Amino acid sequence: MSGDHHGSSAISERVRHVEALLEERGLVDAGEIDRRIDEFLAGGSPANGARIAARAWVDDGFRDRLLADANAAIRGVGLSMAGGLQEQRLKVVANTDDEHNVVVCTLCSCYPIALLGPSPAWYKSEAYRSRVVRDPRGVLAEFGLELPADVRISVWDASAESRYMVVPRRPDGTDGMSEEELAGLVTRKGLIGTAAV
Amino acid sequence: MSRINDVGGMVGFPAIVEEPDEPAFHADWEAHVLALNAALIRRGVYNLDEFRDAIERMPPEAYLASSYYEKWFTAITTLLAEKGVATPEELAGA
Repeated sequence: MSGDHHGSSAISERVRHVEALLEERGLVDAGEIDRRIDEFLAGGSPANGARIAARAWVDDGFRDRLLADANAAIRGVGLSMAGGLQEQRLKVVANTDDEHNVVVCTLCSCYPIALLGPSPAWYKSEAYRSRVVRDPRGVLAEFGLELPADVRISVWDASAESRYMVVPRRPDGTDGMSEEELAGLVTRKGLIGTAAV
Repeated sequence: MSRINDVGGMVGFPAIVEEPDEPAFHADWEAHVLALNAALIRRGVYNLDEFRDAIERMPPEAYLASSYYEKWFTAITTLLAEKGVATPEELAGA
């Protein structure tokens, strides 16, 4: 457990108390709470984003549709941005030899959970949110991603209604790989833009 | 006027810390806070924008001292009191 989660037992008591109070007043029931937790955990996975990225690598038509209208393109492969409390607009941006993309939500934590699963704590931290827009190259270097000076970096700031995902550059030497093998190369950080793939 | 959550470009924050093999929740209470919020929004006790606003209007010191789901819990109890669902005393267990 990290230092961010201090006083865990005190707050755990307070949450239990409020939950009991709300159950007493008929506003929630215990079964519903467990069901919503399960729904959240089952609601998304970086395997979904990885599948989209790999498809974009092998299918130029899909890639074009994805970059033009991501919500429609992902519906075509059985995924959706409508699983949460409201449908979110999705924009997908693709890295090239000349341009690298990275995603943040400076205001809080907006993130395409359906495609990436629950977000990592660093994505929600004030440190990442404040710094990646001021010094993206420096922040990416801290993640171990040293980009050549002539690669342009675009930072995409998500909001309540708009979410972003990055298609990483297809790694060299992967010509013989199947779409499924390619998807296995793609990481959550690659889809956020803080790793190369 | 921007509020404390609008940290983009602000200086003075520390290095970014990555946690290897990070779980979705660091404690059960975090999962319960997430589920409580979803349940209350679905039930129309408040809406998603009111929830975000309740986080964003936290006093800066409290905002910066709180973990992610601590902020959520603060917003939930703030709204429950403002909507008249329970008094602050009842929510605090006093």
